Amino acid sequence: MSTRERTWWIVAGIGIILYALFPIAWIVSLSFKSASDISNGQFLPTVFTWENYALILTGDASELFLPALLNSFGICLIATALSCLLAMFAAYAIARLDFPGKRIILSTALAVAIFPVISIVTPLFNLWRQIGLYDTWPGLIIPYLSLTLPISIWTMSAFFREIPWEMEQAAQVDGATTWQAFRKVIVPLAAPGVFTTAIIAFFLAWNDFVYGISLTSTSAARPVPAALGLFSGASQFEDPTGGIAAAAVVVTIPVIVLVLFFQRRIVAGLTNGAVKG
Amino acid sequence: MTTTVPPGVGSSVEQPAARPTGLSDRIRAERRLGWMLAGPAFAVMLLVTAYPIFQAVYDSLFSYRLTDPGNRSFVGLHNYWVVLTDALWWQAFGVTAFITIVTVAVELVLGFALALVMLKALKGLRPILRAAILLPYAIITVVSAFAWQFAFDLTSGFVNSWFAWLPGISADTDWFGQTGTSLLVICLAEIWKTTPFISLLLLAGLAQVPDVLQEAAQVDGATWWQRMRKVTIPNMKAAIMVALLFRTLDAFRVFDSVFIMTAGANGTETVSFLAYRQTIARLEIGLGSAVSVLLFLSVVLIAFGFIKGFKVDLSQARGEK
Repeated sequence: MSTRERTWWIVAGIGIILYALFPIAWIVSLSFKSASDISNGQFLPTVFTWENYALILTGDASELFLPALLNSFGICLIATALSCLLAMFAAYAIARLDFPGKRIILSTALAVAIFPVISIVTPLFNLWRQIGLYDTWPGLIIPYLSLTLPISIWTMSAFFREIPWEMEQAAQVDGATTWQAFRKVIVPLAAPGVFTTAIIAFFLAWNDFVYGISLTSTSAARPVPAALGLFSGASQFEDPTGGIAAAAVVVTIPVIVLVLFFQRRIVAGLTNGAVKG
Repeated sequence: MTTTVPPGVGSSVEQPAARPTGLSDRIRAERRLGWMLAGPAFAVMLLVTAYPIFQAVYDSLFSYRLTDPGNRSFVGLHNYWVVLTDALWWQAFGVTAFITIVTVAVELVLGFALALVMLKALKGLRPILRAAILLPYAIITVVSAFAWQFAFDLTSGFVNSWFAWLPGISADTDWFGQTGTSLLVICLAEIWKTTPFISLLLLAGLAQVPDVLQEAAQVDGATWWQRMRKVTIPNMKAAIMVALLFRTLDAFRVFDSVFIMTAGANGTETVSFLAYRQTIARLEIGLGSAVSVLLFLSVVLIAFGFIKGFKVDLSQARGEK
């Protein structure tokens, strides 16, 4: 590669990094602006302040934000765990066993994935009110499965299909019991796929907004995105911009941590199913 | 790239090579086990989608509002008639179609450019690019919507002061004051957020184009542009179609950004937002259900059109949002 070409690709690469990070840098910068700086018309704060974080973590807005953060973590982790468990069995069956209906299961997963969430919310809103699931954790965990389960099934079965299942039999020939062969050979091979799937499913649940604002009414179950969307400031006379920016940064931290540690896996998981089917 | 897929590997129902060709009750036992393991996931998927949509179809046939539940009465297809003859529905439909077409078209071009850069990027730069490109994908849409809204906002924004040298932009340009500029900002936020998804799929597709073909074309004297048009793009048609299909369906459901930035003001209401407003805000279960069913039908039609019109091979696709 010539020096000129090399420079060109580096410039293009820096362009991508700027493209991806600029809006994030902006919301971080905004979260450190004091109330008087919010309207300074500049990208950066003139004085650096923690007051917005204090507002949402210990101040007046903490009773809105902290329960929502707890709800988001709890509901998303449970929904992710449930869908991974269900998807694990299904993906094992799809990759390993021969039974009619595999294609039906995969097509159903695809159909569920393209389903407009709002079409599910309308009837659920009414039903949940009648059976008492409105504004509860299970009332969000169940619909979240419609977001997390399809992708879990597709991603995991793509991973599972690559496991050399013959190794299980080879281990049995060498004297391992069925369970030992499964535990010692298959489980370690399957674990990375399950883990990757869990991260992607968690992202999807963490990102939900429609279910969050439609199926909750109090801090009993309202997740962070919905709380942010309905955040009107500590008092009606105060502009909530700084507080929202700080809250946005806090909920973005888990995402950034996962991306930085597991980027290679996430990309493999996202594209695996797409190119391998 | 981490995907080291040889081209053409795997189809969704491919069977493992070493299959015991045993007795028929052994096959039956395997089938039973298969459904026992996959059945719960299948049942849950039906429960959380098929059931609600049937309920929505049923509810849409009634005049039913939660503020007045006593007067619930069967009205047949009247709700659909009301919705489809209302200018509000057609405006929401037009706005949704506009956002979908603009964002998907820009994202396809931009995503392809990003994928090309990532493919060619120097080894040391690649992990950094990959991490950077994943961030918009993984960030909450609501957060992205706020970031873009605050950037263009009259009081908190920096865009007006940064771009004051451009004709038409001044310190008091109110981006969220009119339909056109509001939609522009909504589209920008959507494009930023979802281009990474397209570019990752296209990158996986690019990695699958055999190098041999590229080299052969180069030896034959094809220019970069000719190779792109005659070799690269035809060879990654499946990846392009899958990316297009998923993004189109996803864009058609746009809701979060609209809710945050304009709350449907200034004629920026989308179909999803209309359904939300009818049901959750106005408690008009009957009318809202009719809108939901129409939205569902639109999505099914788009998917069907893609699969038939472009012959997308769905065994190559996957359940990405």
